[in-house]
Amino acid sequence: MQDQPTPVELINAVAEFLRTDVAPQLSGHAAFKLRVGLNALDLVARQITHEAGGNAAETERLSKLIGASGSLEDLNRLLSARIASGEMDFQTPGLAEHVWQTTMDKLAIDQPSYASYRRERETGSKVKVKSNMD
Amino acid sequence: MTIQSPVKAGIAHWFPGATGINGLSQLSGGASQETWSFDVVHPSGNIAVILRRAPAGYGAAPGRAAGLEAEAVLMQQAFNAGIPSPRVRHVLSAQDGLGSGFIMDRVEGETIPRKILRDAQFAQARGLLTGQLGKAIAGIHALDRSRLPNLRLMTVAGELDDLAAEYKSFDWPRPVFDLALRWLRDNAPAPSDTVTLVHGDFRHGNLIVGPEGLRAVLDWELAHFGDPMEDLGWICVNSWRFGEIDKPVGGLGTREELFAAYESASGRPVDIARVMFWEVLGTLRWGIMCCGMMQRFRIGPDHSMERAMIGRRASETEIDLLRLLAPRA
Repeated sequence: MQDQPTPVELINAVAEFLRTDVAPQLSGHAAFKLRVGLNALDLVARQITHEAGGNAAETERLSKLIGASGSLEDLNRLLSARIASGEMDFQTPGLAEHVWQTTMDKLAIDQPSYASYRRERETGSKVKVKSNMD
Repeated sequence: MTIQSPVKAGIAHWFPGATGINGLSQLSGGASQETWSFDVVHPSGNIAVILRRAPAGYGAAPGRAAGLEAEAVLMQQAFNAGIPSPRVRHVLSAQDGLGSGFIMDRVEGETIPRKILRDAQFAQARGLLTGQLGKAIAGIHALDRSRLPNLRLMTVAGELDDLAAEYKSFDWPRPVFDLALRWLRDNAPAPSDTVTLVHGDFRHGNLIVGPEGLRAVLDWELAHFGDPMEDLGWICVNSWRFGEIDKPVGGLGTREELFAAYESASGRPVDIARVMFWEVLGTLRWGIMCCGMMQRFRIGPDHSMERAMIGRRASETEIDLLRLLAPRA
């Protein structure tokens, strides 16, 4: 067992220093780069916190959807291949719900402030599938 | 590397009467292309200019790019046709010793989307831009092909094959991209009856805006011939709305407003289903471009944080593709 502080606590402490002490001293391109770096640190902290739960649920959904077991990457490769071959699509029961949930879990880590994600968190629930756009 | 001495040596030849340059600075640069800014010192008034160039050895246009010489011709034709565009002042030749490229007027204004969409000084522009964009796109599509460089012809089938091949090269499963590719293949429109010049990257970042609206259309690197509806779909991709997701046209206005301005300027009816097709394709394309940035971050030589973080924005296009193709009630 590794000791404390946890990786997330360490990342947050470094990010806090960069945000409050370093950022005000920078301008121009260096300030821009620091903001990108801080966004990366925040993303990593979110991923460490939420990834395990999301991955477990995704693996379970995929096993059920595909009827196979394996690593999360293997199952995703299988799903990709079945969609590419035309074997599965939005009409496949459970598929739309699965990709929606997986995508929401990705956005929660990648870009929780993305407007489409915020809108879907507020309003989204049931999936209705369009077969064509008119 | 600085370009000071070849520029100083050439300035009187490019701008007759010029006596020197001021304020030379590099605005951006990768391995293959650089953008520089300077003022031409001239007795009848200084001229603010931009120099874009590909250093010698990088002359050949990689992949899809039109090439700087073609860009110079496109920009000059756009300027002549009255499309908001910088005037091209000089096209570099071998004897200039600067590689390939051109010098154009420096148009002052804003390109940063969040400023254009939020700052008070652009309040009036925001009300005008959607119509101005429709009119500018119509102007681009009306340029006379016989005066244009020989550009690639983009077809839907070819573009889908390219996107699928690039996605496959990443060797990383993204079921939402597979769903989008499948949908695009199943819903691909017949080849367009009308083939025109297509700007290919008409969106925020490539548009200079002032308080009165559109001042210049930049970056013709991805220009090609193809379905004119492509430009109308690309400007509606959610990635260019920067948070204003209920205003499809670059976070500025409605599709109806854009289409009305386009139809009135071009006399060509907008095919709404085709535009929606290109919006879906464009959303996927931007997602694949984000993944490509991640690849280049890994492979180098640019291992920057920015490229790495853009890789983690591909999921934004996945939620947008789902909102388009499988909206939740």
